[in-house]
Amino acid sequence: MINLWNGMLAEGVSAETYTYVFVTITFMIYLYIGWQSRVRESQGFYVAGQGVPAIANGAATAADWMSAASFISMAGLISFMGSNGSVYLMGWTGGYVLLALLLAPYLRKFGKYTVPDFVGARYYSETARVVAAICAIFVSITYVAGQMNGVGIVFSRFLNLDLTGGVIVGMVIVGFFAVLGGMKGITWTQVVQYFVLIVAFLIPAVAIAGMLTGNGIPQFSMTFSDMPEKLNQIHADLGFSEYTSPFTDKGMLDIFCITFALMVGTAGLPHVIVRFYTVSNVRAARFSAAWALVFIAILYTSAPALAMFARYNLLDSLNGAKILEISEAEIKGEQKKIYKLEKENAEGEKVPLAWATNWQKTGLIQFDDTDKDGVISLVMVKKKGKEEFAEATINRDIIVLSTPEVAGLAPWVIALVATGGLAAALSTAAGLLLVISSSIAHDLYIHFVDPDAPEAKRVAVGRVMIIVGILIAGYFGMNPPGFVGQVVAFAFGLAASSFFPVILLGIFWKRTTRQGAVAGMIAGLLFTGIYIVGNRSVKIFGTEEALFGPWCFGISPEGIGAVGCLLNFVVLVLVSKMTPAPPDDVQELVESVRVPAGSHEPEAHFDESDAVADDV
Amino acid sequence: MSEHQDVGRGQASGGGGGDGGGGSKGRGGKVDVKGYWRANVRLILVLLSIWAVVSFGCGILFIEQLNEFKIGNLPLGFWFANQGSIYTFVVLIFVYAWRMDRLDKKFGVEE
Repeated sequence: MINLWNGMLAEGVSAETYTYVFVTITFMIYLYIGWQSRVRESQGFYVAGQGVPAIANGAATAADWMSAASFISMAGLISFMGSNGSVYLMGWTGGYVLLALLLAPYLRKFGKYTVPDFVGARYYSETARVVAAICAIFVSITYVAGQMNGVGIVFSRFLNLDLTGGVIVGMVIVGFFAVLGGMKGITWTQVVQYFVLIVAFLIPAVAIAGMLTGNGIPQFSMTFSDMPEKLNQIHADLGFSEYTSPFTDKGMLDIFCITFALMVGTAGLPHVIVRFYTVSNVRAARFSAAWALVFIAILYTSAPALAMFARYNLLDSLNGAKILEISEAEIKGEQKKIYKLEKENAEGEKVPLAWATNWQKTGLIQFDDTDKDGVISLVMVKKKGKEEFAEATINRDIIVLSTPEVAGLAPWVIALVATGGLAAALSTAAGLLLVISSSIAHDLYIHFVDPDAPEAKRVAVGRVMIIVGILIAGYFGMNPPGFVGQVVAFAFGLAASSFFPVILLGIFWKRTTRQGAVAGMIAGLLFTGIYIVGNRSVKIFGTEEALFGPWCFGISPEGIGAVGCLLNFVVLVLVSKMTPAPPDDVQELVESVRVPAGSHEPEAHFDESDAVADDV
Repeated sequence: MSEHQDVGRGQASGGGGGDGGGGSKGRGGKVDVKGYWRANVRLILVLLSIWAVVSFGCGILFIEQLNEFKIGNLPLGFWFANQGSIYTFVVLIFVYAWRMDRLDKKFGVEE
């Protein structure tokens, strides 16, 4: 198959060779760490022995959080959205403030292993535990399918593996360090994966910033160079809305709700919450959240800069490029035209646009000289209601992937970007698999089927469930439903509208009752789920038209979790007030969770007091 | 083990629910758990207000008004939404962690 490197094999070592080398080296490191971290007891398997230092845990959290989407797609999305791209920047960072202030320290004091542990104990209800476990499994499986698909795509773009082969390699690597080392192996591999991905992201960002503005610090050059004006000018010339102006394609209310849903959803995602169980104590949980955001912010504040510069370069170099020749090639089974382009730069020199020629072969960018004037025009044209280019079709993912070439960087940088993308996808996948495993093995199987199981058996069941999770994830990775993006949006909406309110009020309001929590979760879940599925029924069920449009004040499905969250709060409070107050021992649990003193290692065993029966 | 509240157990420990004020016996005497919690909640409310103002306020609700001004060459509202809010979030969390350290010691509830 035609992959990235056809046409790029220059003298010296090719990027493909570098990719093989870097990927192999990093994979060896991950496997080594997995081996060194192998665990025997469930405390190590589920919560990494609870001795991870705050800074390391912060780096692991950052890698766990930043998936293939953050690494590859986000900057591309922002470059095409302009100011509205801030929904992702604020939405995927702001939630950490909520985590640090409202959830993490108290859950760490609670000290057990999983989110359903807390829900079950706080709401004195085995049903609540089961509902929470099922929600966690659902959210994590949908999310992890996207990651394995991302792994397969990176492999197939950068190496001569097809998608299936790529997914299988990913499955084996994750399987090894997750099954052997459990959360401990996963955490320490994630620390390494953070450094791989951040270096891989920063080098092209710094390079293109330096190349276009003379200042290599992306955050700085984005703000203080003349790039904003140049970009806005070229947007105006081509008929696009101003890049730095807000609410061009989505209105203020929608942007507000999407940002809110993403922030609150972040704080409700099980694989993020569980990252705060692994530190030594409450104080470490707080600082770990702070460090996590520092590490995340490094990428998230560089991404908009990369987006701006790549967008400017795209428009400046391609618009008005002269077509030298048109050849034919087969791309993904279809015959497509490859345009060889050349642009005259400011000094009057003719610059061949080699990167454009190469990238057409991946199918991520296509040209079509519709007016047959021998020149590529990027004038704004509305396609399906969106502002697009007249004579080019561009996939958002090209922004990050092509920047090393655009910036004229050496082939090894391109290899590093591939390795970084894999690090991002694998680290997130591992965290999600741990949640799937712990929900099935710890919350469901051990708790209900075999509460007296010895340590060895607990770990064995956990390991088996990771393998089960990998197989399911791998299957969906190879056969992604067409609606992966919608499903991830659903995961956030679900986390925002079901988990977050219930955990938050469980800590901050003693009067929250079991019935209130269940009612609130169901209300939030159903409202959000039905709204998303109905709006996206074309992709999910293949209906002719969507079942209904965004009838709730025009809020898009990505933002409806905000409304679902409020609905959950309202129902939860009302129903709690109408039902008997929680028993004294639960109220004391809440009191103890609010105070750091006395945080100790969690119990590894269950006794009768944990299996308090309920009548729900 | 009556000095510490047990965690995650479904039963009351010795020094637990008997106190009228809800305070638990800490080491060396009574600990004002209610006062500690009130101070915590107050700190959280202050920090979350800043969080909301910087992100939803400056970055969304008032972004167009703020865009009348510039920081460097970027419209100010745009800068808040893309960069400034994120820096603020980091500072907020560190401030919370440091202040809670002091509160923990002040109320004698540190680990």
